[in-house]
Amino acid sequence: MLIDTVLFYAFALLTLGGGLLCITRRNAVHSAISLIVSLLGVAGLYLMQQAEFLFAVQIVLYVGGIMVLFLFVIMLVNLDDAAKERQFNRQWMIALVATLAVAAEIGYFLYRGRDAFHIAVASTVGNVQQVADSLFSEYLLPFEIASVLLLVAVVGSVIMAKKRI
Amino acid sequence: MHPVTTIHYLVLSAALLLIGTVGVLTRRNVVIVLMSIELILNAVNINLIAFSHAWKNINGQIFAIFVITDAVAEAAVGLGILIALFRNKETVLADEIDLLKW
Repeated sequence: MLIDTVLFYAFALLTLGGGLLCITRRNAVHSAISLIVSLLGVAGLYLMQQAEFLFAVQIVLYVGGIMVLFLFVIMLVNLDDAAKERQFNRQWMIALVATLAVAAEIGYFLYRGRDAFHIAVASTVGNVQQVADSLFSEYLLPFEIASVLLLVAVVGSVIMAKKRI
Repeated sequence: MHPVTTIHYLVLSAALLLIGTVGVLTRRNVVIVLMSIELILNAVNINLIAFSHAWKNINGQIFAIFVITDAVAEAAVGLGILIALFRNKETVLADEIDLLKW
């Protein structure tokens, strides 16, 4: 139980620290690297909750796919001028106040509901098998719709990036 | 030390969501705004997995897979828009895109 607690706080530190660095760095490449650290922390949290399939998906898809796409675009559009400019917009004070209001709201609800949560017990069936059973029987239609969504996204991004539409 | 319960994960996910929200609302660089959206979606996923684990119900993980699918589609289209924007306006700062403002 102790190792679980230590690992949880280590991954939580990675996640939150990476997130904070991501939104405060001036250089977009540094932000992307911090985001990768944060996503790896999230992957560790998935593994701690017996979501092995999502752990693999998180690493392969997010860290290996999306972040490479981000870095590619950062290299493609020249961000050197943007790094010299003001990094935060003029409404940052209002934004912080609004976020603090949301934080107070979420904190209040979690505090009121804190007794409803308990320590979960690990299940015995393999995680990937469970996911596949559910995904290809009960959620087959949403699965196919998701594939159509990805097709639309592929066509859309190609159209967007074309020189002449 | 206390054992880790579901509420730990919920607090962590709330914190990550708020970090992402601050990033979206305050940064000027569109690339970092898109990255903050990824942070928000990951916070949602932590929440879904935590409840999936707590109630031994696989549906939360299935939903997390769909959230990741949406994140991929959003990142691809968003970065495509960003490239088109940079080609036309030579800027990646969100508050300089004000064609519709009077």
